[in-house]
Amino acid sequence: MNRENSIIRVKDLVKHYEQIQAVNGISFDVYEGEIFGLLGPNGAGKTTTLEIIETLREKTSGEIYVEGLSVDKDANRIKKIIGVQLQAAGYYPSLTLLELLRLFSGLYNVKIVPMEMLKLVGLEDRGNAKYKELSGGQKQRFSICTTLINRPKIVFLDEPTTGLDPQARRNLWDLIRMIRDKGTTVVITTHYMDEAENLCDRVAIVEKGKIIALDTPDKLIDALVAKGFERKKEVKQANLEDVFLALTGQEWRDE
Amino acid sequence: MMEEKKYSQIKAMFAIARASLRSTTRSPSAVVFTLAFPLIFIVVFGFIGGGAFSVDVAVKKDCDKNNPIYQALLNVPVVKLDTSVTEADMKTNLEKGRIDATLSIKVNSAGVMPQYSVSVETSNASRERGNILKSVLNNIFYTINTEIARIPTVAELKETEVNVREYKTIDFILPGQLGFSLLSSGVFGTAFVFLSLRQTLVIKRFFATPIQRPFIVLGEALSRLVFALTGALIIILIGHYAFGFTLIHGIATVINMLVLSTLGLIVFMGFGFAVSGIAKNESSIPPIANIITLPQFLLSGTFFSISAFPSWLQPICNVLPLTYLNDAMRKVAFEGASLFSVGHQIGIICLWGVAIYILAVKVFKWE
Repeated sequence: MNRENSIIRVKDLVKHYEQIQAVNGISFDVYEGEIFGLLGPNGAGKTTTLEIIETLREKTSGEIYVEGLSVDKDANRIKKIIGVQLQAAGYYPSLTLLELLRLFSGLYNVKIVPMEMLKLVGLEDRGNAKYKELSGGQKQRFSICTTLINRPKIVFLDEPTTGLDPQARRNLWDLIRMIRDKGTTVVITTHYMDEAENLCDRVAIVEKGKIIALDTPDKLIDALVAKGFERKKEVKQANLEDVFLALTGQEWRDE
Repeated sequence: MMEEKKYSQIKAMFAIARASLRSTTRSPSAVVFTLAFPLIFIVVFGFIGGGAFSVDVAVKKDCDKNNPIYQALLNVPVVKLDTSVTEADMKTNLEKGRIDATLSIKVNSAGVMPQYSVSVETSNASRERGNILKSVLNNIFYTINTEIARIPTVAELKETEVNVREYKTIDFILPGQLGFSLLSSGVFGTAFVFLSLRQTLVIKRFFATPIQRPFIVLGEALSRLVFALTGALIIILIGHYAFGFTLIHGIATVINMLVLSTLGLIVFMGFGFAVSGIAKNESSIPPIANIITLPQFLLSGTFFSISAFPSWLQPICNVLPLTYLNDAMRKVAFEGASLFSVGHQIGIICLWGVAIYILAVKVFKWE
């Protein structure tokens, strides 16, 4: 993580829909090479914020720069250097994964070896399967795979682990860390705090369209503890999820 | 900042066209509507209607019967010459559609060119058949004229046998079915594709890539065009080889028909774009699309000649774009008309195109 180098700058971002104020003056920087988490309950404005940075949505006001490029003027150049995984996205239903990857390589104008891309996310034996035939975890891994085609500088992942079982979730965390370790900045939204604590270098907590806290998970926890917070129950060495994983195994399983 | 490579929208458009075409060919409903339905109709009408079609012509008493034109007409199976009708009955029979035309050929006095004057009376009770007679006659004239033009250098006079094309049911049915195939592929296909791209968020994922919106539409349209034109070609070829569909100038006629198909399809896709914008969900597409396709299917001369409809209905028939496409197709395929000579039909189809794309642009939704 390079604190000197903000790869994304968001300043006073506001987004009004007809009735609702979805985003209400948000500012934050994302540093190059980190995993940055946007946390918050459903409807807090995480997805809206993300989609505005991704140039998929118009903002009401504010300034956003991605790698120094303004979303107002350089949307198309931004699209070339980012990878976007949407919370809900579809693919041509009757095409195989390999055919879909070829489509995206055309859309990004880059040459890829589709099978190599699938290997990267552990789907090499599903190349001729269709997207709808994949399990939840495989679907998310494939979606992430399509975001890596243009070798982006930043990858945006919108609730990639929602609805996945504990094994699939952990597999996805490994994949996301691997992407970060290769030098790609990752911006992720989630409403799972354990996920943020495990995965994110820094997190911003969003509530009602505003950021109410922004720091590393460690520091946020320390700050709370310093205020005298105590858990009601003595913490055991393990929790139920650890039990579940110990019993069912942690290997990649997809069905 | 790293050096930016030139991004080609065209390349991205072709990527979408290729993927979409693959997707379409794997969709059973697209294949059924574009190919199977028209072929089934062609088979059914090809077998049922074989040979039953004729043009009844009453020959006037003063008609000269010893000229090559009359002799040639005798050899045309579809034209039934009747010499027994009295002059008095002719008018009423013509009005009531019992006969399709009257004929009188007169020999002009020697030295006057042309040698013969041919008078034909038709009525709007059977306009289509009257047109067939005219086209048969034109064809005879053409053949005789060229035969005569060749003669002067040759000493001996050869007896000329005139071969006239037979007008078969398939010659009427196939262009209509082709039009229907293009209409349903254009309207239903396009409407479903764009609505589902929107609903399944496929298009949203495209928005996150550098391709610009118009190129997404162009890519999809290109794929639909390739798919429907391949279907059209298959229909024409099966019609020709299996059912003897007349292609008067061979491959040139096929190309002309494909050019017309392209034009028709582009206009019908405009309807499809508009429907995809108006429809709220997938189940509201069929009713809206049917409002557009069904009347044209029935009233545009797909199965029956427009002249078979009551006269109050004909003005409606005569505004529908498919009417003009069918008309142009038949003229091109059977009469060998050039695209230039069906300019009137093409013009009206284009007017529809302009109107529908103005509407489509207004109602089209991206998400």
